[in-house]
Amino acid sequence: MSKKVIILDYGMGNLFNIQRVLNYIGVESEITIDANKILTAERLIIPGVGAFDQAMNNLKGQNLIEPIQEYSKIGRPILGICLGMQLLFSESSEFGLHSGLDLIKGSVLKFEYDKDNTIKIPQIGWNTISKRNDKKHQLLSGIDDGTYYYFIHSYFCKPDNDEDIMATTIYGDTTFCSATHKNNIWGCQFHPERSGEAGVKILKNFINL
Amino acid sequence: MHAVRIIPRLDIKGPNLVKGVHLEGLRVLGKPWDFAYTYYKAGADELIYIDAVASLYGRNNLLDIVRKTAEQIFIPLTVGGGVRNVDDIKNLLRAGADKVAINTAVITNPTLITEGAMAFGSQCIVGSLQVKKINNKYIVFTDNARERTELDAIEWAQKLVELGAGELLVTSIDQEGTGRGYEVELTRAIAQNVSVPVIACGGAANPEHISEIIINGKADAVAASSIFHYKYAEQINSMEQFAEEGNLAFIKNARGSLVFMQDRLKASTINEVKEYLKTKNIICRK
Repeated sequence: MSKKVIILDYGMGNLFNIQRVLNYIGVESEITIDANKILTAERLIIPGVGAFDQAMNNLKGQNLIEPIQEYSKIGRPILGICLGMQLLFSESSEFGLHSGLDLIKGSVLKFEYDKDNTIKIPQIGWNTISKRNDKKHQLLSGIDDGTYYYFIHSYFCKPDNDEDIMATTIYGDTTFCSATHKNNIWGCQFHPERSGEAGVKILKNFINL
Repeated sequence: MHAVRIIPRLDIKGPNLVKGVHLEGLRVLGKPWDFAYTYYKAGADELIYIDAVASLYGRNNLLDIVRKTAEQIFIPLTVGGGVRNVDDIKNLLRAGADKVAINTAVITNPTLITEGAMAFGSQCIVGSLQVKKINNKYIVFTDNARERTELDAIEWAQKLVELGAGELLVTSIDQEGTGRGYEVELTRAIAQNVSVPVIACGGAANPEHISEIIINGKADAVAASSIFHYKYAEQINSMEQFAEEGNLAFIKNARGSLVFMQDRLKASTINEVKEYLKTKNIICRK
């Protein structure tokens, strides 16, 4: 596979473990902040951990917002992971209201404690995904319903349009969108690069889209 | 459904995986990356590496071990031991750690946790507490249980979360390496007084201990060493090149012929532990 895969480096989190998984499946990738390279990429991965507003500020500071939006208009696949998925949405309420990349309409909300007050926030650990049964998604091809993935987050995405939900997950009393898809744009709240073979499969599917 | 995490903890000295009692008296068990890979394949939910002698740099350093491990395991890896500043955190993350456990340095420099959380996100900062019960009070220790502080463990746990820790690793020095079960009361007191997940550590010798710390100790995750190390050591056969440190008796007498702790230890596979937990209605990842 010789597709040009770019992992976006905008100073938010551990990008190397994504690259390590890609190496493992024999896919070369480049970690970069170079806007010109984004536009020539065939696959764009937006990783990220940390705070939404800082991530958007970093993207802004590196002049990356327009190239990402332009890349998305070309129609080539984008995968947002964790905070990277949240950035795809219109806005987030983390530390005040902040605009996102607005590639998918919707907002990013904080978990609330369940009524029995048994959950911890952030959610850290493995949880199952429920695939929607009315649609087939290539990214989840070969993945069984109820497969476990590794999550680490306090906020989750709420698409305005239910059509953009690819899979859901339950934490406490909240059922949230754990994976999203709209046209050429894909996102996972969980970390495929930390989810064992089930996660490796998703990254493989993304490259093979 | 959200699952409880079962986390093999690997203590490292030089290039070797070691195991001690009360965090001391280390014996060599093998190479950490061999065990890490075996645990990954066997269904571990995460892994923890703790460098017993805190040697981040220099010969046989922890960064190289982390790098070597990260190439072949694709589950979260927490690394601790000798983390003193933000550069140490950065270097460990770049080497392949997902989270960094911070203990000793926070006592003298509490803002290290805040700086780390600001720079890399609080999800990758694990506040590590080593705790000993003294006169019915839980007291925080540092430097692998060598140095005593005056800090109350529950107050300190809350402080670590306030500073920005996204998770806590709570190790009972009294129970560690004894196979007498986890320190339930301590774990519960901390778990019920902080908003973030708590990983219980120290004392597991059988699956019953693990279910007890989840049900009664309210642990969100469990770290365990001997119960897994002594089970898997038999099938891990990289006997070559053991450095002349630690106690090599275990290896020289052939793996598996374990006398130490034999009366208490019920070495188990990760699956055996998870199957047992399921009978107690505890949700585990398949």
